Amino acid sequence: MTAAAVTTPRSFQEIILRLMTYWGAKGCAVLQPYDMEVGAGTFHPATTLRSLGSTPWAAAYVQPSRRPTDGRYGENPNRLQHYYQYQVLIKPSPPDLQDLYLGSLEAIGIDTSLHDIRFVEDDWESPTLGAWGLGWEVWCDGMEVSQFTYFQQVGGHDCKPVSGELTYGLERLAMYVLGIDHVMDMPFNDPDSPIPLKYGDIFRQTEEEYSRHNFNGATTEMLFQHFKDAEAECERLLAFDPQDANSGKRIIMAHPAYDQCIKASHLFNLLDARGVISVTERQAYIGRVRALAKKCADAFVQTEAGGWSAAAQA
Amino acid sequence: MSDLLIELFSEEIPARMQAAARENLRKLVTDGLVDAGLTYESAGAFSTPRRLTLSLTGLSAQSRAVREERKGPRTDAPAAAIEGFLRSTGLTLDQLEKRADKKAEVYFAAIEKPGRAAADIVAEVLERTIRNFPWPKSMRWGSGALRWVRPLHSILCILVDEAGAQIVPLNVDGIEAGNTTGGHRFMAPARFAVTSFDDYATKLRRAHVMLDSAEREAAIWNDAQNQAFARGLELVPDAALLAEVAGLVEWPVVLMGSIGEDFLHLPPEVLQTSMREHQKFFSVKNPKTGRIEGFVTVANRETADHGATILKGNLKVLSARLSDARFFWENDLRVAKAGMGEWEEGLKSVTFHNKLGSQSDRIARIAALAREIAPLVGADPAQAERAAKLAKLDLRSAMVGEFPELQGTMGRYYALEAGEPEAIANAARDHYSPLGPSDAVPAESISVAVALADKIDTLTGFWAIDEKPTGSKDPFALRRAALGVIRLVLGNGVRVGLEAVFAKAILDLLDRAFDKLASGTQEEWIALWSNREGSSTEHAAAMLRNFKKFLVVDLASRSLEAQGKFDEATALKETHKINFEAERDEVSLLSFFHDRLKVFLRDQGTRHDVIDACLAMPGNDDLTLLVKRAEALGAFLATEDGTNLLQGFKRANNILSQAEAKDGVEYSFGADVKFAETEEERALFAALDAGEAAITPAMAKEDFAAAMAAMARLRAPIDAFFTAVQVNSDNQIVRRNRLNLLHRIRALVAQVADLTKVEG
Repeated sequence: MTAAAVTTPRSFQEIILRLMTYWGAKGCAVLQPYDMEVGAGTFHPATTLRSLGSTPWAAAYVQPSRRPTDGRYGENPNRLQHYYQYQVLIKPSPPDLQDLYLGSLEAIGIDTSLHDIRFVEDDWESPTLGAWGLGWEVWCDGMEVSQFTYFQQVGGHDCKPVSGELTYGLERLAMYVLGIDHVMDMPFNDPDSPIPLKYGDIFRQTEEEYSRHNFNGATTEMLFQHFKDAEAECERLLAFDPQDANSGKRIIMAHPAYDQCIKASHLFNLLDARGVISVTERQAYIGRVRALAKKCADAFVQTEAGGWSAAAQA
Repeated sequence: MSDLLIELFSEEIPARMQAAARENLRKLVTDGLVDAGLTYESAGAFSTPRRLTLSLTGLSAQSRAVREERKGPRTDAPAAAIEGFLRSTGLTLDQLEKRADKKAEVYFAAIEKPGRAAADIVAEVLERTIRNFPWPKSMRWGSGALRWVRPLHSILCILVDEAGAQIVPLNVDGIEAGNTTGGHRFMAPARFAVTSFDDYATKLRRAHVMLDSAEREAAIWNDAQNQAFARGLELVPDAALLAEVAGLVEWPVVLMGSIGEDFLHLPPEVLQTSMREHQKFFSVKNPKTGRIEGFVTVANRETADHGATILKGNLKVLSARLSDARFFWENDLRVAKAGMGEWEEGLKSVTFHNKLGSQSDRIARIAALAREIAPLVGADPAQAERAAKLAKLDLRSAMVGEFPELQGTMGRYYALEAGEPEAIANAARDHYSPLGPSDAVPAESISVAVALADKIDTLTGFWAIDEKPTGSKDPFALRRAALGVIRLVLGNGVRVGLEAVFAKAILDLLDRAFDKLASGTQEEWIALWSNREGSSTEHAAAMLRNFKKFLVVDLASRSLEAQGKFDEATALKETHKINFEAERDEVSLLSFFHDRLKVFLRDQGTRHDVIDACLAMPGNDDLTLLVKRAEALGAFLATEDGTNLLQGFKRANNILSQAEAKDGVEYSFGADVKFAETEEERALFAALDAGEAAITPAMAKEDFAAAMAAMARLRAPIDAFFTAVQVNSDNQIVRRNRLNLLHRIRALVAQVADLTKVEG
C-alpha cells in the first residue's frame, strides 16, 4: 500500500466504489443496502444477525441510514436526516483488522505518511439492539472518520467468535478527502461528467421534504399504531412452530420478524423527531425495541445461518 | 542474577487506563515473583498506547530451596490415615520419620522443595498476570477466549544475564513469548529483536517510540511552551489533558496553530472547553490581550511536510467545531438579551427528578429558600431571590447543552447580557461552589445565599423522597452537597440554625407538591395537615413520611389508571393506606450533617472526641457555633490546665454518678458552704461562685475563650479539694453537701461542653 500510487478520488461515488473494490479484494462479500429504513448500517441483518452464532462471515456494503431528528432542511453543512454509512463486518475478527482498515484509507486517497491517524477509545453501545463492543473512533488529523468495534454482545447474546465491525460515515469522510466544506457542494459523480451532479442536486430537496415530514408532517397516531402493529407482528412470527406445514421443513422466520423490529425502531425514531415521546417514555420505547431485537437474536441462533445444526441436536 | 524484560504489545490501549495498567503490571508481577521465592533489586514500568512494559533488575536466578516439615498421624493410627498422609505428602512410609510427641509416637514428613529456576516462575507469574489483569473493561477478539483491553498481539519476555538473553518459554492462548517487538505504527512498523532493556529502549527510540510517558509529557510540554513563547504567547496549563495526550501518542510532535479571527470574541472558557473536549487541544493565551488566541495539538508522527497537512486538517475540524460554538453563543445571546424568558419557560418541561418535579419547580423552591436565608448571610432578600431565579436558566442554553461543564460560567455571561448587576450574575457562576473539599468557597453574600439554598434544597428534597446515600452509593452527590453547606457556613461564619431551615424547605416542598394534587385528593390530605403551622422538623418529617408515600402511590396508581386498570389502581391505594404506618426508622438529615462535619473537622486535625463533646450540646445545628466551641475546647484541652481540669471533672463526675446510682437520687441542689469542713472545701465553693459569675455570661456571649479561661481557674481548687477532702464522709449531711458541691462542677462545665465524651 504505497501512498504515491494512489490518486485522490474526485467524487463521492468514486470513494464508495473504491471501498467496495478494496473490501471485495480483501475477500468480503460486497452486499447491497438493506431495503428498509434503518438508523445505521449496524441494523442491516448482515451485521446484526450475522454477528451471532459461530458461522464465519465477511461482508461489506453501503447502507442508507435515516436519523429523523438530524433533519436540518439541507442547510447544515454536516448534518443530514438521510445519509450513507459504509459498513464492514468480519467474523471472526482477523488479527490484522487494523492494518486492513488503514489500507482502506490509503485506497480512498488518504496518504498515511502525511496524515495523523489515531485510534481513540470509544466504546460502542446500542441500547435498541441490546448490543455493545469495545473499540475506537478513528481520527484523521483530529477528525473522526470511522468507528472501529469488536462486538462483544448482540441481542443479549455473547459474540463467539467476535466480529470486527468498521463503520465509515461516508459523507464526512468524503468531504474531508475531497476538501469540501458543505455537504451539498460535494460532487456526487465525476465533476467532468457531461451532467455533473452535486450531492445537493440529488438530496437538497429531499432533505427539505423529509425535514418537514419528520418534524411536522408524519401522523403521530398512525405511527403509534404502526409501532404496536410491528411489535405484535414480530412476536407473532416468532411464536410459530418451527415445523412448516407446506414444505415440511424446519423454518424459523427470524428475518421476517427482524424486519418488524427494524420497522419498530424507525417508527420510534420518527415519533421521537415529532417530539411526542417524553423523556420517561423514551426509555420504555427503547426497551420495547430491545426486547424485540433480543427475541429475533434468540430465534436466529436457532437457524442454520445462526449456527444451529440438526446433527448437533441429535 | 539476571534482568527481566516484559512487554505486552496490543492494539491501542485507552489513554485513561494506561497509568493504572503499568502500575498493576509492576505490582502483580513483582508480588508474584516474590511470593514464589525470588528477589529483585529494582522495577520500572512503562506504557505507550500500544505496549505495557516492565523491566526488573537483579532478579535471583532461582528461588531458594525450602524444607517443610509436616506432622502426621500417630504411628499406631489406622492404615487409612497413614496412607492418606503419604498421598498428601507424596512420600513413602520409609521416608517418614518417627518422633515422640507428648504421649504417643507420631510420623513426621520432611518435604524438600527444591529451588525453581527464575524462568519457570516468571512464565507462571506472567501467564497468571495476563489472565487476571484488572482492566476496567476487557474484551475477547477473533475466535479466542483470552481477555485483554484490546487484542493482544505479542508477548516479549526475556531473562538477561552475563551469558546473554534467554526467551522465557511461555504460550498464552497461542501467543508465544519471544524477544521481538514492533516500532511506531506508521513510522517504523517493522518488528525487531532485543537483548536487554537498554537495547530495547534504544531501538524503540530509533523506531520512533518514546517509551516513558513522563518523558513524552515533558517533551510535549517543553516543546509547546517553546513554540508559544516564540510567538509571545503563553500555554494554558492542563495537567489532565497532558497526561491524556501523552497516552495517545508514541512519538509526540507538537504543532501550534491560530484560532480564526471570527472566533476570538467567544468567551475564553468556551474556546478552551470546545478545544479540549472535542479535539484534545491545549489553549494558548495572548498575555497582552488575555484572550485565547491559539492552540496546540499533538500529532503522533513526523511528516515530510513538517505537519502542514495535519495542521490544516485540524484547523478545518476546529473551525467546524467553533462555528457550532459561535452559533450556540449567538443564539444564546439573543435569548439572554431578551431576558432569558424562553429558557425559564423551557425548564418547565425539563424533569429534575420524577418525584421532585421539573427544573422550574426546583428553581422556585431554591428562590424561596434563598430569600429566607439572605438575611442570615447579609444579603438583600429580593436580590438573593432574583439571583436564584436566574442562576440555573443557562441549563436550557444551547452552549450548556453542548458543554454541560460550562453550567454557571455561561449563566454569568448571559445574566450580564440580560442587564443584571454583577453580584447577581456572579451568583449564577458561583452558586455551584464549593464542589470539593478544597476548592474556593463563594464569599459574596448573594452567591452564598443561593449556594446554600441550592444545596439545602437538594438535600431536603432527596431526603424527603428517601433517596439517601448508602455505603458507597451516593448517586445524587448528597455527601458533596452537605460538605458544601458546611464549608459555606464555616467559611463565611454564617450563624444559622439548620433545623429551622430544613423544616422550612421540607414544608415548602410539601406545599408545592400539594398544590399540584387534584382537588379531591387535596381534601383527603388536608385533615392530616391541619396543624402544620409552627411545625418542628420532626412534625414536618412525620407528615412527610406519609405524604411522600402518598406521592409514590399516587404516581403509580395514576399510571395504572391511564392504562385503564382502575381496579388495580384502587387496590394499590387501599393496600398502601394500610401499610402507611409501617415506616422504618430514618436517619435524620441533621445527624447526616454531623457525620459529614466530623469527617471534615477530622481532616482538619480536630479530635473526634472533642467534636462529640460539642455535638452533645444544645444548638448543635448551628455549625459555626459548634466549630467555635470545638476549637476553644480543643485549645483548652491541649493546655496543662485543660488536661488536669478534665481529670478533676471526670473524678467528680465518677464519684457523683456512682453515688447517684447507689443512692437512687440525683444530687443537684443545696450545696451549702456552712456545712463545709475544710479550707479546701470552702475554697472550692468560692471558686465555683467566681466561675459561675464568669462562665455564665461568657457563654451567653458565646465567648468560649473567656469561658475556658474561667474553667482553667477551677483546676487548682478542684485538685486541692480532691487531695484534701474525702467526699464519702460518714456524716451523711457532710457527704450529701459534698456530692451537691460536685454537682456544681458538673453543671458548670456542662454549660461549656459535654466533657464525659472526651477521652483521657
